Amino acid sequence: MSYFSEIYNGIKTLLTGMSVTGKYFLNARKGVITQQYPDNRETLKMFDRFRGEVIMPHDDQNEHRCTGCQKCEIACPNGTIEIIWDRGIDEETGKKKKKIDQFVYHLSLCTMCGLCIDVCPTDAIEWGQNFENSVFDRTHLTRVLNKPGSKLAPGVED
Amino acid sequence: MDSTTKNSNFKTEEYQINMGPQHPATHGVLNLLLTIDGEIIKKVEPDLGYIHRSIEKMCERDSYQQIVHLTDRMDYLSSNINNEAVCLAVENALELEVPERVKVIRTIIGELTRISSHCLWWGVMGMDVGALSTFFYGFRDREMINDIFEETCGARLTMNYNVPGGLMLDIHPNFVKRVKKFVAHFKTKIPEYDRLLTQNVIFQKRTKGVGILTKEDAISFGASGPVARASGYSCDVRKYHPYSALDKVSFKESLKTEGDTFARYQVRIMELWESLSIIEQLIDNIPEGEHRVKTNAVIKLPKGEFYQKVETARGELGVYIISKGTKNPYRLKFRSPGFSNLSLLNHIAVGGKIGDLVAIMATIDLVIPDIDR
Amino acid sequence: MTIDIIINSHLWFAANTAEGSLSILEMVVIALIYLGIFSVAGLFLVLLERRVAAWFQLRVGPNRVGFQGLLQTMADALKLVSKELTGTSKADMFLYNLAPYFVIISSLMALAVLPFTNEFQAFDINIGIFFLIAISSIGVIGVLLGGWSSNNKFALIGAMRSGVQTISYELSVGLSLLTMILLTGTLQLSEIVDVQKDGWLIVQGHIPAIIAFMIFMISGTAETNRAPFDMVEAESELGAGFHTEYSGMKFAYFFLAEFINMFIIAAIAATVFFGAWLSPFGITESIPWLGVFWFLGKTLALVFLMMWFRWTFPRLRVDQLLTLEWKYLLPINLVNIVIMALMVWLNLIIRV
Repeated sequence: MSYFSEIYNGIKTLLTGMSVTGKYFLNARKGVITQQYPDNRETLKMFDRFRGEVIMPHDDQNEHRCTGCQKCEIACPNGTIEIIWDRGIDEETGKKKKKIDQFVYHLSLCTMCGLCIDVCPTDAIEWGQNFENSVFDRTHLTRVLNKPGSKLAPGVED
Repeated sequence: MDSTTKNSNFKTEEYQINMGPQHPATHGVLNLLLTIDGEIIKKVEPDLGYIHRSIEKMCERDSYQQIVHLTDRMDYLSSNINNEAVCLAVENALELEVPERVKVIRTIIGELTRISSHCLWWGVMGMDVGALSTFFYGFRDREMINDIFEETCGARLTMNYNVPGGLMLDIHPNFVKRVKKFVAHFKTKIPEYDRLLTQNVIFQKRTKGVGILTKEDAISFGASGPVARASGYSCDVRKYHPYSALDKVSFKESLKTEGDTFARYQVRIMELWESLSIIEQLIDNIPEGEHRVKTNAVIKLPKGEFYQKVETARGELGVYIISKGTKNPYRLKFRSPGFSNLSLLNHIAVGGKIGDLVAIMATIDLVIPDIDR
Repeated sequence: MTIDIIINSHLWFAANTAEGSLSILEMVVIALIYLGIFSVAGLFLVLLERRVAAWFQLRVGPNRVGFQGLLQTMADALKLVSKELTGTSKADMFLYNLAPYFVIISSLMALAVLPFTNEFQAFDINIGIFFLIAISSIGVIGVLLGGWSSNNKFALIGAMRSGVQTISYELSVGLSLLTMILLTGTLQLSEIVDVQKDGWLIVQGHIPAIIAFMIFMISGTAETNRAPFDMVEAESELGAGFHTEYSGMKFAYFFLAEFINMFIIAAIAATVFFGAWLSPFGITESIPWLGVFWFLGKTLALVFLMMWFRWTFPRLRVDQLLTLEWKYLLPINLVNIVIMALMVWLNLIIRV
């Protein structure tokens, strides 16, 4: 007798399983969870805190906020950031002050840990939201974050 | 020679197969040398090291804040809990008291990570035994958790949100709303998982009575996590050595006594329910306060040895730091749960068939970067 | 209108060629037409499987190549044809090259006897069902040869498992069809359809016919090595089973043969159980060429059922497969035959 009850219970469980997938099949039009990626670029919006790449925002007068304190270079675990700096004469006070020449950022090495942005005292760098960074030539991934001809915004101290 | 070869006219030989490093069923790069006689497995030898990246050696040259981002990549499915382990070790060594808010948020995020890891485990388990649609259903639920993490922490897999002293950023204003929506949604999904896979007669015949692990063997091999709890060994770190806000919540430890594959499966499903109840107890009253305590820019631990254990989705992860008072640890060792759980594979898979081996490996839930570090 | 074309071309051929070569020429032309239609149909079945699988799994499926992805398998077939035909040096080259042909030829031969409508049937031999079952058994040789000659342990394990599975389940397929033959009294396919003009066979022999249908669907799925019985090609276990070492066109043969086999099993079920080209209550009796659509509709519904099985159930282990056959399906089948024989003798059949 347990032979037949085994068969009956077995078939019942199989039909229950089929009802679950069948329900998803019937709602297949509206219930897709995938996005048709290259087609939806216009409406795609990432979250605010999304970690795409590190950028240095410049304001309208082409000024940035990086004083060259090198705290980000020390905090970075694998040498992604290299700051080429020099001592120059500050216009307002006339004293010698650190100035950055180039803020080199190796996107190919970056692990997106966020320690550099966390430790920066002047909020000079922040997260950008661009994630389509593939290039054909690897040297294009080594970026210089401060734009040519830009200088430190006045009044920023570290 | 067993009786079948003695009494029959055929001489069968054993042959060796590599269930090689790239394989759809081993979750990661794991090479298993199987010695098989026909269909019966005689010996299983795991061959590790394909993804060894010398994380522990890198920790000797990094500062303590930088070590945290390396632990993300060890067991990438419970990355938040790994981060929490290192941060707790450093904070306890410095005797630094973090605010209540930080503890509660760390616990909520840890339990969400555990649910996410078990969702993926369920999907892959179904896929390994052959029901290929379960993969997508598991991932669909995991997407909601990934969205929560992306909004608050900024990343979906390697979060690096905990720092020694608290959290890197305060939680996003939408966090509480999203988590509540997820909890309500997921409560309707676990019964669906049950209807699709758990009570399916084919699945039960594949997993009941397969790969039995007794309690004594679980203790002597050093198993931990759901693998050991399915054999009746009560070893939940969250109960015996509670950390963060876990002493304030009440939850049941999921225990089963049979020790076979189906019991391990059921323990993880029960853990899903328990994690949901923990989140529900904490989400409504997150205390106000600071999200970070200021530490020095250069953290130096006092001289000595420090150990901290946490319960990841796979078992007990231990962080052991030997410090000589400088800004890098002298030696840092991770006691990984996967390594001890893998060692019992030979013991429980021998005598079964290849199909059983796949089911057993799916329930031991190995993540190979955790074993190789 | 198609009948007129066929009759006219027949008369044209008869007027222009000698006697013996006429029928051979006709046969070659019909064979080529069938080959053409069903190779393409096989490709579209693959696309159907991919889209149905996607809808079960909450995704979209291929929808870029051509309108709604209709040209996708064409692109895949072109890719497969252009691939390099590799082979291992230690493989037994003659058997290695021969194996795919067994499989594809046996699938395509079985298509010749299917009744699409009243007139549209290539071969109406008087041992129709017997021919079908016998032809499907030849496909096993191809699988075993393929696994053995690849000189690869995984392929060998896969081939041996497949061989034992197919041989066991052929019994159930044959016996469940035999149950329905008791109702019709003839093996010829067109006469089986004629008997069903009083109501489909699944309605005529009510309880034993439903049990026979369920057993036929289960064993048919096992015959074609589809999930939940696809231990043979268990993708997440042993690589790819017996066709691990094949690439390019030969792999395409194996792949296509699996889908055509699925179509054949569904077509046999539609013919024997559901009345091949007959409409439900005789509603479109007056338009005979609609029969093709009824036939295809029923077949595709059963193909969809087989796909539903694949994407829902876990797979059975090899020894559980064999237990299912020998301890459950076979005894039930035999008892079912006895019950059906009793019903026919006592004339308890429902006639509509």
